[in-house]
Amino acid sequence: METEMNTQDLRRMANKIRQRDLRAVFEAGAGHIGGEMSVIDILTALYFHVLRVDPANPLDPQRDRFVLSKGHTACALYVTLAEKGFIPKEEIETFLQPHSRLNGHPNRTKVPGVETNTGPLGHGLPVAVGMALSAKLDGAPWHSFVVTGDGEMQEGSNWEAIASAAHYKLDNLTLIIDHNRLQQGARLAETNNLAPFAPKLEAFGWAVQEIDGHNMDEIVAALSPEKVVAGKPGCIVAHTNKGHGISFMSDNVAWHHKVPSAEQYKQAMAELQEAAQ
Amino acid sequence: MNAPTAKETLHDCRDAFTETLESMAAENNDIVAVCNDSVGSSKLTGFRDRFPDRLINVGIAEQTLVGVGAGLANGGKIPFVCGAACFLTGRSLEQIKADVAYSDTNVKLVGISSGMAYGNLGPTHHSTEDFAWIRAIPNVAVVAPCDNVETAAAVAFAAEFRGPIFLRLSRVGVPQLLPDGHTFELGKANLLRDGSDVTIIANGTLTHRAMKAAEILAAGGIETRVLNMASVRPIDEEAIIAAAKETGAIVTCEEHTIFGGLGSAVAEVVTENAPVLMKRLGVPGIFPPTGSANFLLDEFGMSPDGIATTASDLIKRKS
Repeated sequence: METEMNTQDLRRMANKIRQRDLRAVFEAGAGHIGGEMSVIDILTALYFHVLRVDPANPLDPQRDRFVLSKGHTACALYVTLAEKGFIPKEEIETFLQPHSRLNGHPNRTKVPGVETNTGPLGHGLPVAVGMALSAKLDGAPWHSFVVTGDGEMQEGSNWEAIASAAHYKLDNLTLIIDHNRLQQGARLAETNNLAPFAPKLEAFGWAVQEIDGHNMDEIVAALSPEKVVAGKPGCIVAHTNKGHGISFMSDNVAWHHKVPSAEQYKQAMAELQEAAQ
Repeated sequence: MNAPTAKETLHDCRDAFTETLESMAAENNDIVAVCNDSVGSSKLTGFRDRFPDRLINVGIAEQTLVGVGAGLANGGKIPFVCGAACFLTGRSLEQIKADVAYSDTNVKLVGISSGMAYGNLGPTHHSTEDFAWIRAIPNVAVVAPCDNVETAAAVAFAAEFRGPIFLRLSRVGVPQLLPDGHTFELGKANLLRDGSDVTIIANGTLTHRAMKAAEILAAGGIETRVLNMASVRPIDEEAIIAAAKETGAIVTCEEHTIFGGLGSAVAEVVTENAPVLMKRLGVPGIFPPTGSANFLLDEFGMSPDGIATTASDLIKRKS
């Protein structure tokens, strides 16, 4: 396995993934670009600094597990998996095309590196609890990570799993909430406001950190094994912006799954390229 | 009164399930049980005592129950995910679809006290839609054993089988029908009795009733073929087509709604291959009144006499 990237390289990689994701959504004419821009820094830190996964052996029993529970941001995962070497980079061009294995939501039976098929919200965390239990039963050192959206936390299944994870003292499980404050149709605060998340998770017995989910140093530090609290599952509330990195999309509810026009695409790409300098 | 007679030794198939599971778990550390506060009703107390770490009780949380099963399978375990069939299937159907079937995880779903086993607890606790629901989802085998022997064989099969499977078990006592040492074959019917006038196809708690109906019919000179069709999916098309061609009339019996279950699965094969008269016996599309499972089966025309009458009426309609 390759060496971990430093945070400067991680920022470069995240920018590269943002650009490729933007292009893929523009060319496919569909995607969930807002939530993809909000989660890409987290995905980049996981795949290029944290996860012990090997594209040459994607089913290694001792690999770390990662579950993208907010499966609608699959394109960001595909681009990340391609950069990591799980799938060919040129395959991103097939995103959403007929018979492409790059569906609108990830499929583990087709795409190496995907652990479970997500899409319906509130599924990833219970599955990750099962993964973490499996590692505990074996006394194995691998760790399970799951990313949910903040709106997704409205699903009751998450709170079943939060209670179970604490009961089983799953300190080998980390939940990262992509807290971009926006759900499909409106702001979280206007819909079913679960914020603040930290006291709720703490009340269930989790060890909670709050970070700027676009600050690579903070992301990397929060994911450090040193931050694991023995006997407690870990939660990172990552404060993010939907559409982060693209001025007219950022924190704008309209960009949940809107597709940029040619002119908007040009502007968005120019902004990302400028940020890469 | 056509329910099983007092002379018969009746078996609670949950015992065969847990005895088999425990003996396999003693040989294979990867076998784990997952339940939803159903340690007692799933008869897992013995498993818990022998393998305390390998019984995961998520509490009353069925979505997490199935999701955790899928995660355990991802980690290389062979999870037997147990719960009252009504909650296991109804409450977590999307988890069964996405986390188990579509994700192709090696999860064994064990629906306990299926059908109307909870009798007078009422329709909230009946599981008479599960064949239809799960049969409509790709990539899950659906199996309803007819007795203790077939239950043990199906559980042993499930542990070896690579992929999702739904075992539909009852708590209602049934007599042993299959010989000791019987081996379960997915997608294969068991010919329990041969005949050429009519075929009765049944599974689960209805197979022994079908056998008794065949005896009643035989007394009247009617030769009945009885097929035990534990495997609802995949289904034994060959046996169904042969039954249609060779007996010309088919009655199906199931502890399930007549919409979408065993009868529907048989009818799909019959209509596309060898159309003959059929009658589907089951829950007739209503929420059942108060009563025990055996009372309700009788009530819905599935006493041995009721099944025999349906069969002889069907024979009269043969052209």
